[in-house]
Amino acid sequence: MNPKQTLRADALAIQLGGRPVLGGITAAFTRGELVAIVGPNGAGKSTLLSCLAGLLKPDAGVALLDGGPIAALPGRHRARRLAFLAQTPEIAWDVDVRAFVGLGRTPHLGAFGPSAEDQAAVDAAIVSAGLEAFAERPVTRLSGGERARALIARALAGQTDWLLADEPLTGLDPGHALDALALFRRLAHDQGKGVIITLHDLNLAARFADRVLILSDGDLVVDGPPEVALTPEILSKVYGVAVRRHVGASGPLIEVLGRAG
Amino acid sequence: MRSRSPLMICGVLLALLVVLFGLGLCAGRVWTPWSAWTSHGADPRWAIVFGLRLPRTILAILVGGALGLSGAALQGYTRNPLADPAALGVSTAAALGAVLTLYLGAAGEASWILPLAAMVGAGIGVAILLSLAGISSSIVTFLLAGFVIQTVCGAAIALALNLAPNPWAVNEIVNWLMGSLADRSVEEVRIAAPGVLAGSVLLLTLGRSLDALTLGEQGARSLGVELSRTRLLMAVGVALAVGSSVAVTGVISFVGLITPHLLRPVLGARPSAVLLPSFLGGAALTLAADILVRLTPAASEVKLSVAMAALGGPFFLAMLISMRRRLA
Repeated sequence: MNPKQTLRADALAIQLGGRPVLGGITAAFTRGELVAIVGPNGAGKSTLLSCLAGLLKPDAGVALLDGGPIAALPGRHRARRLAFLAQTPEIAWDVDVRAFVGLGRTPHLGAFGPSAEDQAAVDAAIVSAGLEAFAERPVTRLSGGERARALIARALAGQTDWLLADEPLTGLDPGHALDALALFRRLAHDQGKGVIITLHDLNLAARFADRVLILSDGDLVVDGPPEVALTPEILSKVYGVAVRRHVGASGPLIEVLGRAG
Repeated sequence: MRSRSPLMICGVLLALLVVLFGLGLCAGRVWTPWSAWTSHGADPRWAIVFGLRLPRTILAILVGGALGLSGAALQGYTRNPLADPAALGVSTAAALGAVLTLYLGAAGEASWILPLAAMVGAGIGVAILLSLAGISSSIVTFLLAGFVIQTVCGAAIALALNLAPNPWAVNEIVNWLMGSLADRSVEEVRIAAPGVLAGSVLLLTLGRSLDALTLGEQGARSLGVELSRTRLLMAVGVALAVGSSVAVTGVISFVGLITPHLLRPVLGARPSAVLLPSFLGGAALTLAADILVRLTPAASEVKLSVAMAALGGPFFLAMLISMRRRLA
């Protein structure tokens, strides 16, 4: 594995409010793959993503981007390499979608405001997220799904090598959720970005992710391709539910039968 | 909401300011026609124009601009449309610093002591506020914190009055506390200008960080904004601008609160787009209010702060009511 193309978690451990949230997680990510992090509520998925993004300082261990500690990078440099999409981002002012997506260009802006390149990146991000029809609309007047797409477009506008998104599918209908995952996969496979997302939908993870990490109580339970990670045994242990795997028309299908035991 | 070019709005505001500037030199108890201006001292009204009205007009522009810009910057940083240096106690903290120098008699030692104390007071007030904004971006916490700062500083000022050594000290403090631009001279312009200009330049450089804060503190950090640096520049900028304004005029409220609200409907809500227009708008608003004050037919001139509160109070209430309707 070329260390120049990786994002690594090296024994990341952190306590938040006196509660251990991550208990020493080691994992490596390479550009060109779409990785899904799944796990029950409170398993530490968001915390892991924030640490990988360099936004949260772990108590022990280190997150390494291309072999160097990500926390040591100046904010602007880090932001040019890696975009982070928070789970419930605040949108404080009623700006229009174009201006909102343009915020993603913040780390690239020169002294004299947005360049032609910045404008082009914003336009491309709006097209990728299918927001052409909403470009002039105020963000606060978007529906939940449109808002989720505006947030994805904002993250895309930075044209970073890495995209870390915390539950980016929240609020999306099945059609738009498929669009978003297909977009993430294109970004990884065709544009060579490293894409790491957290998800709750196991079927979508099984169908789209190149690799799945399952977290439970702050520990990494398994790290591997979907068919290795999302087995009934592991899922029943982690989620406490009985699960059956089918082969559906679109690929693997994980049916949750009910509470285990 | 269609946002127009900030450049065009700045042009319009600048033109308005020029008109008000001319009006500000002419208007008052004594109307001074153009012939008096060009008389080079032959006409006694020449002294009124250049000795009294010119410094007063320049001061109105500096102070109004500082307050308008500080309000816009504070609102941007805290993502809170109700932020304002006066409403959040920053101006009162500056006033406390200044009053202490009057009370201790230190203000008379050198002309820079009072403004410096006002800036330190404003700096402490705004530092407390911004550190609280870092802990929670809740509007309620923030306004309560501002309320507490204002109340405590107000009580301390009352204590200084209470313990004042003689009635002249009390008189001096009270007169100074009632925000006004009356009888200010070139000396006051000289005191206020450096702080106002330096603070304003600092605040104007923060536009991009404030824009990024639209996504909240975590969002801004993920876009590479160094928040500790932004917070420091913000505190220093507001302290310089508001501190040196309060030092020469006392507390004038509502300018910082109202100006950005008047401008957002035409400029859009992007915090950086509101900054420079808020300086120009705050200056125009304050100058217009001061001209009105000078023209009111009363035995003694109405204080500018009183006039501003009379105009700003109802506006603030109307805004709260419309916000309530939007939230409901």
